[in-house]
Amino acid sequence: MQRGDHGPATKMAMSILVRMAEVSGAKELIDIVGAHIDSTIYIGDAGLEFAERLAGLGAKVSVPTTLNVSGLDEHHWKEWAVPSEWARQAQRQMAAYQSMGTIPTWTCAPYQTEMRPSFGQQIAWGESNAIVFANSVIGARTERYPDMFDICCAITGRAPAIGLHLTENRAGELLLQLNDIPEALQQSDDFYPVLGNLMGRVALDRIPVVSGISVVPNEDQLKAFGAASASSGGVALFHIVGVTPEALTLESAFQGNQPQATLYVTMELLRQSRSELTYTDSENLDMVVLGSPHFSLAEFKQLAPLVVGKQKHPDVKFLVTSSRAMTQLAQHTGFLDSLRAFGAQLTVDTCILATPMLPPEIKYLMTNSAKFAYYTPGLLGRKITFGSLKDCVDSAVEGKIVRDDSLWSE
Amino acid sequence: MERMIIKGNPVITGIAKGIALVSREPLSFWGGYDWKTGEIIDRRHPLSGSIAKDKILAIPFTRGSSTTTSVLLEAVRAKTSPAAIITTAADFFFALASVVADELYAQPIPLVAISESDFARLQTGDRVEINVQGKIVVER
Repeated sequence: MQRGDHGPATKMAMSILVRMAEVSGAKELIDIVGAHIDSTIYIGDAGLEFAERLAGLGAKVSVPTTLNVSGLDEHHWKEWAVPSEWARQAQRQMAAYQSMGTIPTWTCAPYQTEMRPSFGQQIAWGESNAIVFANSVIGARTERYPDMFDICCAITGRAPAIGLHLTENRAGELLLQLNDIPEALQQSDDFYPVLGNLMGRVALDRIPVVSGISVVPNEDQLKAFGAASASSGGVALFHIVGVTPEALTLESAFQGNQPQATLYVTMELLRQSRSELTYTDSENLDMVVLGSPHFSLAEFKQLAPLVVGKQKHPDVKFLVTSSRAMTQLAQHTGFLDSLRAFGAQLTVDTCILATPMLPPEIKYLMTNSAKFAYYTPGLLGRKITFGSLKDCVDSAVEGKIVRDDSLWSE
Repeated sequence: MERMIIKGNPVITGIAKGIALVSREPLSFWGGYDWKTGEIIDRRHPLSGSIAKDKILAIPFTRGSSTTTSVLLEAVRAKTSPAAIITTAADFFFALASVVADELYAQPIPLVAISESDFARLQTGDRVEINVQGKIVVER
C-alpha cells in the first residue's frame, strides 16, 4: 500500500498510518472491521484541505465506515445564525467524506444505529464519546483515535496494534468505590453525567473501574456517563462491575491485578462534581439544549410525557439535537408531536458545538449533558447550567433556571 | 541565570526556540485552544487566557475530544500554533497533527516527550531551545 499499488490516496493514508505506528511503538498493524470518522466536523480550511486532498486522489474506504456529526444541519441551518460562507465550506467537507464510499450517518452516536459493532471486534473509531461507549459498553476494541487518523484506518483497513486493541491493555487501573449512594439518586437521569464528570477528572487517561452500583443503568445512562468522562478526562474505556461485558467480577475488571489507587465516591464529591458542571452568574435562561450525545429513540420517549400538555416560555428556545435517522423514527412513533406542541425545535446531523448556529442574543444555556456543560464556556463563550431532563423542561416553562435539588441535598 | 539540560525523546523531530508556557493540567484543544488567535480558552484550565502562539507549550497530555488534532492542524495553517510542544509521553493526538501538517504544508511541529520528573522542573517564562535529538536547553 505504501508503494502506491492501491492508488495514491491509499499510499498517503498508509504513509500516515506507518509514521504514527512508529510514534506509538506499534509492533504490527492489525485488520479492522469498521471505522467511524470524526473528521467530518468542519473546523477550518486545513481539515477541509486534508479531506479534499484524499478525495481528489480517489480515496475509498475498505471497511464499513460511519460518519460523525457534520458541521452543518443541511435541513435547518438557515433558521439559525450560520454564516453562508461557513455553510459552504462545511458542505464541501461533508461531500468529500461522502465521496469515499462511507455511510452518511452524521451522528456522534453510531453505536445506536444498525452499524453498531459487536463484542471483541477490532475497529478504528474517532469521537471521544463513541470510543468510550464502543470499548466499555459493547466490548468492541478501538484505541482513542483522533480526527484524520480514523479515515486513514478506514481507507487502509488497518490500525496499529496498540493500546486498547490488545487484551492486556484493557485491565482496570483505578477503582471508584461507591458506598451508600441512595438508589433514588442512582436512578435519576442526572446521576450518571455527574459521576462521569467526576470519573474523568480523577482517572484522566487511566482505565477506571466502578464498583458499588446497585441499580443497573440503561444504555442512555451509560452513554451520558462515558461522554462526561471523555470530556473532563481522556477516558476511552471504563468498567462497571456487574454491568459492562469485561467486568463480570471485580477481579476480571482488573484482570487479576490490584488497583493502582482507590477513590471512595461520597455524596460530597458528587455534589462538588455537579456544581462544577454549572458555569453561570444568574438564573437567566435563553435556551435549553438536549442531545449530546445525539438523542436516542428511548430519550425521545422519556422526554415526550414530560412536555405533554405544556408550553415552553416564549422567551426561551428549546432545542433537541439528534441524527436525521433517529428523528424520523421519533416522528413515526409519534414522540415528536408533543415536542412540537411544546415549542421545541430540532437540529439534525450536527450539534451546537460543531456549527456556529447560536445568535449573539443567546447567552444563557441549560442542558442535561455533562459533555455540553463541559465544552460550552470554552467553545461557545456562553453561560451554562446543568440539570436533570425534568429540570430542563421545568426551566423552559418557567423562563428561568429552576432545579430540584432534593436528591442531591444533605 | 540558571541553565539546565533535559534529555527528551523527539516524537516528531525539529528545532524550536521560545518562551515556555507550562501547566501540570492536561488540555483538550477542542474548546481549549482558539486557533484563530492561539489563546487558551478552556475557562476551567489554569492557562486560560494565555497566548500559546510561538511559545513552547508544555502540558502532560491531551484531554478529551478527538478534535484536538484538527484544531492544532488549523493553528499550523493559521500560523498560531505553539513553536513546539513538550509532553510527558508521546501524545498520539499532537503527533498526528504534526505528521499531517508535514504531509500538507511541510511544516511539522516539533514534539518532545520528557520524564515526569523533568517535566516538573519546567516553569512558565523559561527560555527553551529544542534540538533535533530532543535535547532541551532551559534558561531562567
